[in-house]
Amino acid sequence: MVENGKGFQVFANIIMLALTIFCLFPFVLLVVSSFTDESTLIRNGYSLFPAKLGLDSYAYIFKKIETIARAYVITIVVTVSGTLISMMLTVLLSYPLSRRDLPHRNTFAFLVFFTMLFNGGLVPTYIMWTRYLNIDNTIWALIVPALLLNAFYVIMMRTYFMTSIPEEVIEAGRIDGAGELRILARVVLPMSVPMVATLSLLIGLGYWNDWRNGFYYLTDSSLFSIQNMLNTMLQDVQFLASGGAGGNAGEIAATMPSVGIKMAIAVVGAVPILIVYPFFQKYFVKGITVGAVKG
Amino acid sequence: MNAALGTNKRKHKYKRFVPLYVMMVPGLLYLLINNYVPMAGIIIAFKHINWNSGILGSPFAGLSNFEYLFKTKEAWVITRNTLGYNVLFIVLGTVISIGVAILLNEIRSKFWKKSYQTVILLPYLISMVIVSYLVFAMLSSESGFVNNSILEPLGLDGLTWYTEPKYWPFILTIVHIWKVFGYSCIIYYATLVGIDRGYYEAAVIDGANRWQQIVNITLPALKPTVITLVLLQVGTIFYSDFGLFYQVPMDSGPLYDVTNTIDTYVYRGLIKLNDVGMSSAAGVYQSLVGFTLVYIANRLVTRFSKENALF
Repeated sequence: MVENGKGFQVFANIIMLALTIFCLFPFVLLVVSSFTDESTLIRNGYSLFPAKLGLDSYAYIFKKIETIARAYVITIVVTVSGTLISMMLTVLLSYPLSRRDLPHRNTFAFLVFFTMLFNGGLVPTYIMWTRYLNIDNTIWALIVPALLLNAFYVIMMRTYFMTSIPEEVIEAGRIDGAGELRILARVVLPMSVPMVATLSLLIGLGYWNDWRNGFYYLTDSSLFSIQNMLNTMLQDVQFLASGGAGGNAGEIAATMPSVGIKMAIAVVGAVPILIVYPFFQKYFVKGITVGAVKG
Repeated sequence: MNAALGTNKRKHKYKRFVPLYVMMVPGLLYLLINNYVPMAGIIIAFKHINWNSGILGSPFAGLSNFEYLFKTKEAWVITRNTLGYNVLFIVLGTVISIGVAILLNEIRSKFWKKSYQTVILLPYLISMVIVSYLVFAMLSSESGFVNNSILEPLGLDGLTWYTEPKYWPFILTIVHIWKVFGYSCIIYYATLVGIDRGYYEAAVIDGANRWQQIVNITLPALKPTVITLVLLQVGTIFYSDFGLFYQVPMDSGPLYDVTNTIDTYVYRGLIKLNDVGMSSAAGVYQSLVGFTLVYIANRLVTRFSKENALF
């Protein structure tokens, strides 16, 4: 708007600042509580201005570093390999669908698209993965079900290919004698870096944050990702005491700062996203707006 | 002779595309397994499953699984909760996101504009598991912030939040809005940035005040985006965010009446109670009604703005 008085600017900024506090408050509470002395937490609860700070929670986590490090390694392995495989499948499926000259391409596009409209639900899916494909309690359970190929991303990628890669470029590649795979790898993909980057980020975030696959398909806690470990510890904080080393759980639990540790472990789980996010914000915003407007 | 030439030509035509078809094989194969096989698995809801004879060998049950389901009180509760929360989320979420997008668009300072944008999107990127820790930090009865730092200084008794159903419709709504309003706000904001400033300049010359500018220029310009986003949400009104309704209330039994949705019901039926008949019937109920709604919603999107339609 053109006319925009100073009073209104103040008003708009006050509302936005209030929203900022609303969004950030839980995170600040989480971080401060994780650095609070355990006996202060027991007396006064989680608070923004604790009477006494302390590192008990992190000291305990450090003692249990193997359990946490293993969950982290699993999350990283799953995120990286899942994103790579998923991106490969997405590009390989969406590129042919973007080619206007491909016979029956609409039939195939419909097969992809229909998966967004209709699904069999949890029961048949669960029975198939566990009883027939025996994926439960393997690392594949975290990578393969549900997340490996998202029809919506295929459609986004296809739309990008159709609108941003001129047909003449592909034609020129063919005249030079390049095969289809070569044209895709050497001509089309280098021109699609922004979209590939945006989708990889969204897929990667999906893997990093996923707890459902582990929740449905894993009972073996040695395969837990960081999200599954957090999930278990919310109800049973003793998991960390008994989980990794297999020592005397009761004895260790007695010395465990169980109130603070819940917050510290959540900080450990959230920190990578909080650190990485500001650098990739531009791409997240782009992914969201492109995805919403261009189905 | 001619026919032979025809088939040859056709063969030749397809031969060129063989590499492209081969490229699609891995992705289509995955969709076949991950999506299409479970669709066929809907048959489970119409059977008395006996694992010794397998799914196909089990005797047909007709609609008896559905009869059992709809005789229970839960069938009504989960339908009410799923639909009720979704309607509430759509209405409140849309109004708040549009309001914030308009405010954001009015902020002059580039620095603050960018900062606000960054902050409001942050909750959207955090997993529901971490969100349930944040909620626990607020609501835990012994050490929660609300009991210790708000109610106690006011001289009020702390509440055992995780066993008090009457507060949870508010809590779940606040948590949901907190998590997703930034997302739709960013989409609305992107539309606002695209409005031609000439309209506002002309309106100012005509003596329109800020409110009149919002009502007569901004809101009409947002209309296609609003209709699209709302209809897309209406299309998934029979589905709920499993994490929000299962993780955030920490699967607390006393809260089931206000936290049980179709998705949490199917999960508990299948994994906790091992009742395949009932949970698969609920799943099929969700799939069929859900499909009908997505279909209708998309037909309507096509009517309002063709380029935003999914098909």
